Amino acid sequence: MRSQDVESACLDHKGRPVVAVTGMGVVTSLGVGKSHNWTKLVGGQSGIKRITRFPTEGLKTTIAGTVDQVDVKPYSAFDLSAAIAEAAAAEAISEARIGSGSSFPGRLIVATPPSELEWPHLRRLHDADPQRDLGGYARLLANARTGEFADMARHVRFAGIADRLQERFGTQGEPLSICTACASGATTIQLGLEAIRRGEMDAALCIGTDATVHPEGLIRFSLLSALSTANDPPHKASKPFSKKRDGFVIAEGAGALVLESYAAARARGATVLGIVRGCGEKADEYHRTRSKPDGTAIIGAIHKTLADAGIAPETIDYINAHGTSTPENDKMEYLSLKAVLGDHLRRTPISSNKSMVGHTLIAAGSVEAVFSLLTIQTGVLPPTINYDEPDPELPLDVVPNVSRAARVETVVSNSFGFGGQNVCVIFSGEPA
Amino acid sequence: MTQREQVWITGIGLVSSLGEGIEEHGQKLHGEVSPMPIIDSQRFAPYAVHPLVELDFAKQIPRTSDQRQMERWQRIGVYAAGLALTDAGVSQDQKLLDRTDLCIAAGNGERDLALDARILAGIGAADQPGAYLNRELAAGLRPTLYLGQLSNLLAGNISIIHKATGSSRTFKGEEMAGVSAVENAVKRIEGGQGELFLVGGALNAERDDLLLGCELAQGLYCGPCRSVWQRRDRGGGFVLGSVGAFLVLEAESHARHRGAMPYARIARILSDRSRRRSGDAAATAARLFGALKLGPENGKIGVLSGASGVEPAAGEELQFLASLRRHGFDLIVRAWGSVLGHSLEAHFFAGLALAALAVSKEAFYPPFDTSEVESADETRPDRILVTTFGHWRGEGLGLVRSVW
Repeated sequence: MRSQDVESACLDHKGRPVVAVTGMGVVTSLGVGKSHNWTKLVGGQSGIKRITRFPTEGLKTTIAGTVDQVDVKPYSAFDLSAAIAEAAAAEAISEARIGSGSSFPGRLIVATPPSELEWPHLRRLHDADPQRDLGGYARLLANARTGEFADMARHVRFAGIADRLQERFGTQGEPLSICTACASGATTIQLGLEAIRRGEMDAALCIGTDATVHPEGLIRFSLLSALSTANDPPHKASKPFSKKRDGFVIAEGAGALVLESYAAARARGATVLGIVRGCGEKADEYHRTRSKPDGTAIIGAIHKTLADAGIAPETIDYINAHGTSTPENDKMEYLSLKAVLGDHLRRTPISSNKSMVGHTLIAAGSVEAVFSLLTIQTGVLPPTINYDEPDPELPLDVVPNVSRAARVETVVSNSFGFGGQNVCVIFSGEPA
Repeated sequence: MTQREQVWITGIGLVSSLGEGIEEHGQKLHGEVSPMPIIDSQRFAPYAVHPLVELDFAKQIPRTSDQRQMERWQRIGVYAAGLALTDAGVSQDQKLLDRTDLCIAAGNGERDLALDARILAGIGAADQPGAYLNRELAAGLRPTLYLGQLSNLLAGNISIIHKATGSSRTFKGEEMAGVSAVENAVKRIEGGQGELFLVGGALNAERDDLLLGCELAQGLYCGPCRSVWQRRDRGGGFVLGSVGAFLVLEAESHARHRGAMPYARIARILSDRSRRRSGDAAATAARLFGALKLGPENGKIGVLSGASGVEPAAGEELQFLASLRRHGFDLIVRAWGSVLGHSLEAHFFAGLALAALAVSKEAFYPPFDTSEVESADETRPDRILVTTFGHWRGEGLGLVRSVW
């Protein structure tokens, strides 16, 4: 490239720095690392299985996409979420070959699950001194005052995971800990993109992680009628866009991306895995768990994303769906896409990774970003499995059941969450 | 390159143990002496808390069905957010609300304490503890309780109740969550990525499960309430206060265009996270302060200290302030935690609110305690440094200045 071409390739349609992805890492119920995950994902394999981590007697849902390949014993949401975030980040940084092992030249932006005491912790605190003439929280507080349970502090520190990752990878500045519910992973990418565009930094480490398959973690989604109860066989439960979809399958995972200004990446000779073309979000004021029936918030998020990326709807080659497999989400996602893409939607393949890895909640936007970029890289569309009975109301090419080769230049990845969170990201390949 | 936008504070919503609204806080805090802190030492003994003033939540959240689906921390936050939007003249303007961006700092909401107690009392004797727990939780948890607990559902409820729906981001991490949320909004305004933001946080301090978390993190002060600086010789610790603190931040051009008057402007927000070996936090804050490029020759600096009372963070902050004085800076220090209590995610916003009020009224505050740290001074500084030394980790500084 001539130098002025290089220069113009480093700025986008609004004159902002182009932002590249130079490293990726992922952990899901399918395994640890991109290679394991991608082979299984394009092979249409499911990571959903019967829960063995805790007894499931009396539960309506007894299946999940737990991460069992990372050895964290005893399980806690903090420890496993932190461990898989570390694994994903290590893979991403190693691929990006950026910084030194202990110093990442940019900020950490990490989406993390709730920080809370779990039942084993509450029981340990409660049973510490059974002689006490106290009950409930008075007893928990009295025992906590002994100072003997300081090791539990990490579970209730909301930036505990960020702190651990910052120490391990030597990221710069105060790390950001994010929650936008099931859009969180996408929000980390958006925050990184915006910061690099502002010129504040050349690189950002964006991570989403969630390992909250514990009794209360499952029951609270079950009580919101969000989970599939099609327990048998487990791998058939998550069936996005199909007629008999009945809820999502709760799952665990982590995804990590190294974002870098394209100019900085080129200058150091880094391999560019893809470009973050744009992000957009629109909050919904309709309901705590449901989208506005006319889809205007989701539609707004998609429009804003297209405008940010500076591309027309017709140039979208593939959609990595939020596709949770709940009746509500998949319908609203279809209606909103239809409103924006019109007839082009019929020609645009759209698949849901959640049919295989379940809904990794806080991590979903990160995990699916990695899979979106792998789709561009490999030219293979991962399928939507369990698409046995299409929903006639949702006429979509969901890449049913079997993966497909396709040239993909531009991908939209959707992420929607409770609390009216709607975030979309557009990725594309490196400019030729 | 276009000129950087200035960040104006055009609306404030503050509720605390002292009262409701920024005006009432101004009246109580701008007297000759600071008001007696409102403290409840009984309800959560041996801990003291600053309880929220009685509010009629229906004034901001008219529908009881909405109130029912929120936990108290969310009601406090939604209430204060409504005050801020009204104060900024945004609350009735659907077009403005539609593109109001939210940057919220939040922890988790409250648990069902009675259910927890019942399960803890029964599970030890259960034949199958796992099955017992499943049964009790499935039957006992209110189906929508989780929506009262999720961090981002303060933002979600603000969107629902006040129709502020531009974008919505929730930051976590106790005190630093507030710094990060403001920092994000400020940078987006300066960088032309947004014009109108609602930022803030809320804490319901009056809950056992929150106190438990703070106790495990070894942050709570036990015993009769003392001011932030006067806890030092007793090991330190925080005394929590219920607070909802929200600000409307706006690009100067945007505010001018719609004729909105500013309280003050946020000149800079800076943050970092040291590993907290001895001296780390003081050195980090000093480095951040250096980046503000303030000179001692330009008059006194008001310091609104977010000190929590937790050691060694409070001691590190005093070291930092002493180092500034050694460099010739004349400081007037006030730690608002002594009167409002410490409010974690909401704390930094409350400090910015008080700083903005002081700048706009051209009146700083009388000492909030009787320690030697806060001496009486009639000067009215036009630049106020708002500090945050996270009780565990994280250091943040904000500089609030007069617009004029």
